[in-house]
Amino acid sequence: MRKLTVKRPSLRALTLPGLAFLLAMFFGALLIAFSDSTVLKHIGHPISFIKAAGVAVWQSYLALFEGSVYNPSLATPHDALLSWYPLSETLVTAAPLMLAGLSVALAFRAGLFNIGAQGQFIFGSIAASYVGFHFHWPIGIHLIAAVIAAVIAGAIWGGLVGLLKARTGAHEVIVTIMLNYVALYFLMWLLGTTTFLRPGRRDPISPDVLNSAKMPLLAGSNYRVNLGIFVALAAAAFVWWLLTRSTWGFRFRAVGANSAAAKTAGISVPFVMTSVMAISGALAGLGGAVHVLGSDFSLTSGTAGNFGFDAITVALLGRAKPMGVVFASLLFGALRAGGGTMQANTNTPIDIVLVIQALVVLFIAAPSVVKWVFRLKNVKTTGELAAKGWNG
Amino acid sequence: MSLELRGITKTFGALVANDSIDLKVETGEIHAILGENGAGKSTLMNIVYGLVAPDSGEILVDGVVKKISEPSDALASGIGMVHQHFMLVPVFTVAENIVLGHEKTGFAGRLDLNEARERIKKVSDQFNFDVNPDDLIEGLPVGVQQRVEIIRALIYDAKVLILDEPTAVLTPQETDDLLKIMQELKAQGTSIIFITHKLREVKAVADRITIIRRGKVVGNASPSASQSELASLMVGREVELAPDRGAHDVGAEVLVVKDLSILDITGRALVNKVSFSVRAGEVLAIAGVQGNGQSEVARAMVNLEEHVKGSITLNGEEIVGKSVRESLHAGIAFVPESRELDGLIGSMSIAENLILDLHDLAPYAKGIQLFPNVVLDEAAKRRDEFDIRLQNVTDPISSLSGGNKQKVVLARELSRPVKLLVASQPTRGLDVGSIEFVHKRILEERDAGRAVLLFSTELDEVLALADRIAVMYRGEILSIVPSGVSAQELGLLMAGVVHA
Amino acid sequence: MKALSAAQRRRRRSLYVMAALAVLSTLVFGLLQKSGQVVTYGFVLDKEWVLVQQWVINSRTASLLFGLVAVAASGVAFLQFRAGKTIGIASAVGAAGIMMSFLSWAAAGKFIPFTGLLQGALLLSVPLIFGSMAGVLSERSGVVNIAIEGQLLAGAFVSGVVASLTHSTFWGLIVAPFAGCLISTLLAVFAINFAIDQIILGFVLNVLVYGITDFLYKKLLIPYQATWNSGPTLAAIKIPILWKIPLLGPILFDQSIIVYLMYGVVFLISFSLFKTKWGLRTRAVGEHPTAADSVGIKVNRLRFMNVMIAGMVAGLGGAYFTVGGVGAFNKEMTAGKGFIALAALIFGRWTPWGAVSAALLFGFADNLQSVLGIIGTPIPSEFMLMVPYLVTVVAVTGFVGRVRAPAADGTPYKRGESH
Repeated sequence: MRKLTVKRPSLRALTLPGLAFLLAMFFGALLIAFSDSTVLKHIGHPISFIKAAGVAVWQSYLALFEGSVYNPSLATPHDALLSWYPLSETLVTAAPLMLAGLSVALAFRAGLFNIGAQGQFIFGSIAASYVGFHFHWPIGIHLIAAVIAAVIAGAIWGGLVGLLKARTGAHEVIVTIMLNYVALYFLMWLLGTTTFLRPGRRDPISPDVLNSAKMPLLAGSNYRVNLGIFVALAAAAFVWWLLTRSTWGFRFRAVGANSAAAKTAGISVPFVMTSVMAISGALAGLGGAVHVLGSDFSLTSGTAGNFGFDAITVALLGRAKPMGVVFASLLFGALRAGGGTMQANTNTPIDIVLVIQALVVLFIAAPSVVKWVFRLKNVKTTGELAAKGWNG
Repeated sequence: MSLELRGITKTFGALVANDSIDLKVETGEIHAILGENGAGKSTLMNIVYGLVAPDSGEILVDGVVKKISEPSDALASGIGMVHQHFMLVPVFTVAENIVLGHEKTGFAGRLDLNEARERIKKVSDQFNFDVNPDDLIEGLPVGVQQRVEIIRALIYDAKVLILDEPTAVLTPQETDDLLKIMQELKAQGTSIIFITHKLREVKAVADRITIIRRGKVVGNASPSASQSELASLMVGREVELAPDRGAHDVGAEVLVVKDLSILDITGRALVNKVSFSVRAGEVLAIAGVQGNGQSEVARAMVNLEEHVKGSITLNGEEIVGKSVRESLHAGIAFVPESRELDGLIGSMSIAENLILDLHDLAPYAKGIQLFPNVVLDEAAKRRDEFDIRLQNVTDPISSLSGGNKQKVVLARELSRPVKLLVASQPTRGLDVGSIEFVHKRILEERDAGRAVLLFSTELDEVLALADRIAVMYRGEILSIVPSGVSAQELGLLMAGVVHA
Repeated sequence: MKALSAAQRRRRRSLYVMAALAVLSTLVFGLLQKSGQVVTYGFVLDKEWVLVQQWVINSRTASLLFGLVAVAASGVAFLQFRAGKTIGIASAVGAAGIMMSFLSWAAAGKFIPFTGLLQGALLLSVPLIFGSMAGVLSERSGVVNIAIEGQLLAGAFVSGVVASLTHSTFWGLIVAPFAGCLISTLLAVFAINFAIDQIILGFVLNVLVYGITDFLYKKLLIPYQATWNSGPTLAAIKIPILWKIPLLGPILFDQSIIVYLMYGVVFLISFSLFKTKWGLRTRAVGEHPTAADSVGIKVNRLRFMNVMIAGMVAGLGGAYFTVGGVGAFNKEMTAGKGFIALAALIFGRWTPWGAVSAALLFGFADNLQSVLGIIGTPIPSEFMLMVPYLVTVVAVTGFVGRVRAPAADGTPYKRGESH
């Protein structure tokens, strides 16, 4: 009898990320407490200090939750469901993050560290936005055309990196760091041109995309959640299929694990590098499209925000697996969405989210720290983040 | 100075690398430690040199227990080591390498190399080493690099010198020189621990021989013991030193190589206008010391080299200019020199490694869709055919032993329709049992009418398998000789000596 | 002609590119230029001794002149290349000629404060130089340092805050290295002790520092600006006599203490790395740690120490943003300078002087962009801003000579595991 041994994500596999997240939240709590002036007033009295610190942390994290999942105070007599409004915001943020995260994860599996998701995201946004506001096409066709344009733009910007690596051995980390800046300055220049400047405005902002190019809303006009999240989930399924059930993915993994052996077995390493970076770029570009066509609608110099960089933490937390990326992007999407509410309602800035993100990834990367803190034994840790240098 | 080891034990996980080893090296003797690959010789020496900490046991120098937990402790106790992989920084000069760790400084902490230069010159003259202190290491031949290591040990007053497989990278000529140097050192009172698996060398130079098998001392022997006695002690059973070649028919020319030149990235010729041919049912061995261009020729057979001139034809079909994949599918099976680096993908499963070359063809794939079930079925078949010992075909390849890994490579490469088998150092690092399997399989392929191109640095292997032998030296084929040639003659050829 | 090595072919290719650019600039900026306007170069900044007050020249003539200089320099470089000599000086003259030809064209009808342009370039290079020196220290001993950005930012933040709290630039300067060191110690612990991928690690550390400083900036520095974020700044110190040297004096010797410290750091590192015991050992653990270990060098201890020193250097560089510059800390004020420092390190092929040259070049491009932005030119400033990044991409693709990192850079060392 033959049996496929595809390992299902067991609870075990979630132990480490879960504990890492807890630990990161704990350090975040320390930061909140020790920077709060009302808490610090009690510094001389341990008991009231802990009390005050607890209150500050509780309020902040509660606001974080209320901003990302469920907030009963939003419900109106007519619409109790509105208390779930924050969840819609989480999904809106998670969608582009998921796509950019998949981009980074896919490249990881082929042994490439794509720091350039940011630049590819920018090019995707530019293409989607241009097609979205410049052309007047029928509903459906317009949206699809804008998405395809973004995918192509991202694929070119990403594929370029793979091509350079394959042809000249240029390290993709250096090239992508540099190309991110090039993309950003290109966007800034573009926003100053007459084509992209919104009529009647002098500040750098493009016109809104036309309604025909917007992602359809999923839950009515009260919620911003749109088709983008399904696009992202579909992309995750696609990447899963690509990696485990396709000949392309087989090659990607082979080159990622040992490019010399892959080459010896007749796999074309330059082709793999170029194609995986092109697909990776396409995913990030798609993220840009989902962002511009789904929630932002216009282009500014800050369009890409931190998506490309958060994507790296998402891919790392998700251990470069499509399923992991889905969960990680929902988590970080929630943190982002909730962070805004938290900043508005408490005196805890949204930037605590960055700290938590960085710490989670750090603990995931160094499982020995987590194991030591929680006195764990026998939790499986894998060496996906094994070190490689500039020459590798 | 004498060195004694008592009850040295070291385990790596389930593997017992050293099992309570006792050993005594007397002052001024050459003590050979003989053992197969993986017998635990290197681990033992790394323990003596302070690079690996033993689980238990003690080291005595001149009868006194010494705690050696760092290489610096070993150096301070008068133990020096010439490593199998040289411990020299390639971008440094000889003098810089030698002072490293023992630097003298002058004004403002400025490095002072003059004293080192003097001492290097002195030792170099004493033994006719011909080493210039200001040469860069990366530009020196391996034989000279090894001398730099010996000089270093002598300069730091090593009274016990460990030589770890020192002849693996040397020409027979250089080997003879080294053996002479060892005698000279011994004459001056230096004790030498000589680690090797080469019987001839042991017999030539050792005063006493300790044999290690699977981490245990299995016996002592004197140099007067015969080679087959030593071999059976080393392996633990009777060994046929040469497989039965049998009679076979030779057919038409399958592979014809004409004026093949290979350049490196700087434009230097690594291989210069090499020509040869291999017939169906024939084994042509390309012998030579490591680094004389054989590796490049082997890789060029499947277009893994980039700057290639000349022509390679397989049954009349030109191979040069094809992709690697096209070359493989034209009917070449390729066993690369390094299983770990070029042959297999450590973190992928055994099943996946078995179809690296065919993964996108039927029955494993249709279009871009891959069928993992078919891959597993096929893997089970090949496991049985090639007797690959494994627990589960979905385990990562890194879980296999060296011999089984090589079987996976062979199983993969021989599953295509093959006209030519190119095998590069196919038994390097394998235990005797696996070597026998590989040799048998190579001869089977030959008997089935395939052309076999074997690259090997091992004289015994070449003599045992080849019908004709081509010797490469400095990128050229010096001569192609029939298999009846003597080992001495072959050794001279490998050192670049051609008789008229 | 005999076969050239790949390195030589690359060098020849870059010579062709330079010659083509020289000819092109002679043509485009010189011959084809229509305007007959004059360009004015000012050479005096302060009260230094004056050789030339200013230089007024027809833009077209100047472009032509400098273009021809570049063409001639390319020719000389080519002859030197044929003769197998080094081509450093000729190529530098050629590049400068092309640059000046461009500048004379771009500034037609305008005034260019030439000394000021160079001085500004040096100032913009300061954090890049500190950052790239941190990179040299860390990467030469085998630890990849992507976290330069974070170390700079930590230094900027802590020195700004401490200077503000103590009302003292002195204390601001003193603590900055320790802030950078804190980050690099994290780098060292995780990279060396836990053997985590150093590129990922550096990236995460940058995110961490961004997060913490952004957070504290909003939570403390904005609401309590008077106490937390209004630090004093360092004054420029004129070095007697030296500062009066025409042209160079005010550029090099009328600076704050941080810049003088930078000179010291650069000289010290470039001397120590190649001439001392520490340098020999550092390069050895970066190239072949197993060899270093086998002669009794404590590989990981040396790496740890060097990474910590690297953090101190970068942290000091960070102080340049606050106490050495505007005083107050601003959110993410390093603005990617750490990454340009990384680029300078790579472009400078991991050598101290190479990195300094690259940093100066990037600083010059940056300042040129802002000067031209002010006087108004035909080239959009965004494209000028792209220059350092594009140059780096070209550099790593091996077009102008392959860059090679230290052999063990990024590889954690554990005894008995490497070969």
